[in-house]
Amino acid sequence: MLIANFAFCIETETLRRYKAVSKNDLRMGVFVCECGLNIAGTVDCKAVSEYARTLPDVVAVIQNKYTCADPGQNEIKKAIAEHNLNRVVVASCTPKIHEPTFRQCVAEAGLNPYLFEMVNIREHCSWVHQNQKDRATEKAKDLVRSGVARARYLETQDEAEVKVTKSALVIGGGIAGIQAALDLADGGHKVYLVEKEPSIGGIMAQIDKTYPTMDCSI
Amino acid sequence: MMDVGRHPNIELLVYSEVEDVSGYIGNFKVKVRKKARYVGEKECTACGECAKICPVVKPDEYQMGLSSRKAIYMPFPQAVPSAYILNMADCLGNNPIACGKCLEKCEKKCIDYDIQDQILELEIGTIIAATGMDVYDPTELDEYGYTRYENVITSMEFERLICAGGPTEGHFVRPTDWKTPKSVAFIQCVGSRSEKRGAPYCSNICCMNTIKDTLLLADHYPGMQCKVFYMDIRAFGKGFEDLYKRSKEEGVQYIRGLPGEIEEDPVTKNLILRAENTTTREIETHEVEMVVLSVGVLPRRDGDVVQKLLTLSRTSDGFFLEAHPKLKPVDAPTRGVFFAGCTEYPKDVKDSVTQAGAAAARASIILNAGKVKIEAITSRLIKEKCTFCGLCAKVCPYHAITAADRKNKVYPMVIEAACAGCGACAAECPVDAIKMRHFTDEQIMSQVEALLEKDSQEAIVCFACNWCSYAGGDMAGTSRLQYPPNVRLIRTMCSGRVDKKFVLQAFKLGAPLVLVSGCHFADCHYISAVHWTQRRVERLWDTLEQKGIRPERLQLEWISAAEGQKFAKVMRGLEEMLKAVTREEIEYTMKVLGDAKEVTPEPSLVAVS
Repeated sequence: MLIANFAFCIETETLRRYKAVSKNDLRMGVFVCECGLNIAGTVDCKAVSEYARTLPDVVAVIQNKYTCADPGQNEIKKAIAEHNLNRVVVASCTPKIHEPTFRQCVAEAGLNPYLFEMVNIREHCSWVHQNQKDRATEKAKDLVRSGVARARYLETQDEAEVKVTKSALVIGGGIAGIQAALDLADGGHKVYLVEKEPSIGGIMAQIDKTYPTMDCSI
Repeated sequence: MMDVGRHPNIELLVYSEVEDVSGYIGNFKVKVRKKARYVGEKECTACGECAKICPVVKPDEYQMGLSSRKAIYMPFPQAVPSAYILNMADCLGNNPIACGKCLEKCEKKCIDYDIQDQILELEIGTIIAATGMDVYDPTELDEYGYTRYENVITSMEFERLICAGGPTEGHFVRPTDWKTPKSVAFIQCVGSRSEKRGAPYCSNICCMNTIKDTLLLADHYPGMQCKVFYMDIRAFGKGFEDLYKRSKEEGVQYIRGLPGEIEEDPVTKNLILRAENTTTREIETHEVEMVVLSVGVLPRRDGDVVQKLLTLSRTSDGFFLEAHPKLKPVDAPTRGVFFAGCTEYPKDVKDSVTQAGAAAARASIILNAGKVKIEAITSRLIKEKCTFCGLCAKVCPYHAITAADRKNKVYPMVIEAACAGCGACAAECPVDAIKMRHFTDEQIMSQVEALLEKDSQEAIVCFACNWCSYAGGDMAGTSRLQYPPNVRLIRTMCSGRVDKKFVLQAFKLGAPLVLVSGCHFADCHYISAVHWTQRRVERLWDTLEQKGIRPERLQLEWISAAEGQKFAKVMRGLEEMLKAVTREEIEYTMKVLGDAKEVTPEPSLVAVS
């Protein structure tokens, strides 16, 4: 009984929130990625897509084999134009890999990149629940719902641009540090090479000959 | 090496250490201590008169202690810069009674006992960490008798003995009688591929280094008998297999099986090795005149200093963690920082050079672009709500918020360029007067609510920081580590962003368990923001207890980006805990928290920075 009451509370509260924001005329697109079989092998992507369609404010749902590939990105751009989307949710892999890709993609379609949201149904779902396909699908639905909920509150943002000091610091003067410093310096950049010991050279300088060429190390 | 010394674009700071790094990509401020060398680097002509007269004799580090140097010395003949250095710890001092001889002898007058350490402050756009490696010390492997038997040496000592610039001018002799040995045994994987001693990983370079050593011996001393005791020979690179074949053609014997022990013949000082040849499955005894231990590569002992300076993470083997193991192998998780060489993993010269080139290219991209975009995730003050309590300024790890003054109605101010976006200020602000862009209260609350909209009793809500715990979850995924599917992650930039109201809302909506997870204290990507996470969770435990809710239902874990195993283990642990949470308990919690004051925030007002 209590739970039902609370469920009711959530609903009214959420509705209130939805209403408050829906003044902006939310138009969301959800893109479910199969990632070949990486996601589709465990998660029923079709079921997730169908579920996404039932969520409020979602006006377009597109399922793709590889959303990050050009055809997938083109679908996003097309849908933004066709459905006049103002929020984009991609359910695919970790944002650590493709969040910049998709931000760029929506930006190219004329949408502020901060109106994009990513849902991780690969690293945090399909890959770690491979033996529980039904439950993985349910989890994917929950994660999409959560992503869509967050997307409602996304706001446009302007990224600040900062100037880059035109110099590099290389810490360590072994073979790697030497090479990196030379490459950067040859490219015309100011380089500070910091070495702890009184001479550069590192461990390489102690080695007589180096393989595979069998020549001198210094 | 010489090229570095004379390159007009390179400022070489040897005998120097980075002491402090602050700022962010494109705008790092770096403090470097240039230690006193006591010899003018530019003035010194390396004539060597000072060393000739110096009475102090010390083991030469460059020659692995196989010869001696003076207190004032040249690190090695080809050193860059080509200048002597006075080691003050060894020096008798500039007291005419004690010594001061070098000072008198130096015609150029470039020795100065009064030189002080210098602190340089540099403005830097990008940083390449090429901090290198350490070499395994095999003394702890008692069965091989290193340091007990003089004729057992390491592969590093071998390099000095075979080198024309070494203590024996390239005459390979054994330490006990200074005679060239007729037989030499190499033992592989010393300090590598062992769970017990040394390191569990393959050091990458030792197989090929030994093959190279056997070829050098075959070249210098035809007829010398060489035996290599190995587990596996890993000759995987370009041209490597050819060298391995050549070595075998030269008559080098490769014996599959590592010796269990080495004994020394007390008279001849020869060494007797007993090993199981795993090919013939027989215990064999070999007598050789000299043994070379092919020692492995270790992460640097001072790795934690670099780790703190550049806010990096390390994998369980101790090497630095890349932003992505395949797609960003030279990028550090900290933007604008790149890796080159063994600091990331053991590498040979070719791979080090390759990675250094890649790191330089990656760094050049930023330098050439001339500007970088900063993610719009910084904090903004909502003046209308601010009560001048000053807490935000207090918790900010970057001092990016100026202090408030209640009396004079001076609002705190967020310095956006200094704000890194951890969100500790927003989580601590008691009146929600701080808005974190792109990680607002509404956005996170809506995620909590959506996740608990159905089957809330089964859903474990987990707040994970972007850098460590979320990435740890990614690592578990990449490694296909299976765990129960009840966990639902919510990503925040830092665990310091997790407001207590997020946690209470989750419980109020029926979450059986909540996990707050962040970086280990040493790994925190926001200096000290994770300390605030801990304090807040401790306060929450008290609150829960006061309300009659089991505090164990709120868990706190530190999981690094490399700890996929730990992530999966924690998730499995949560599943076990879930079984102990009763429906009555959840209902009680929902009632208690539901009766309490509204914990949801008001939609934020207009943001004013």
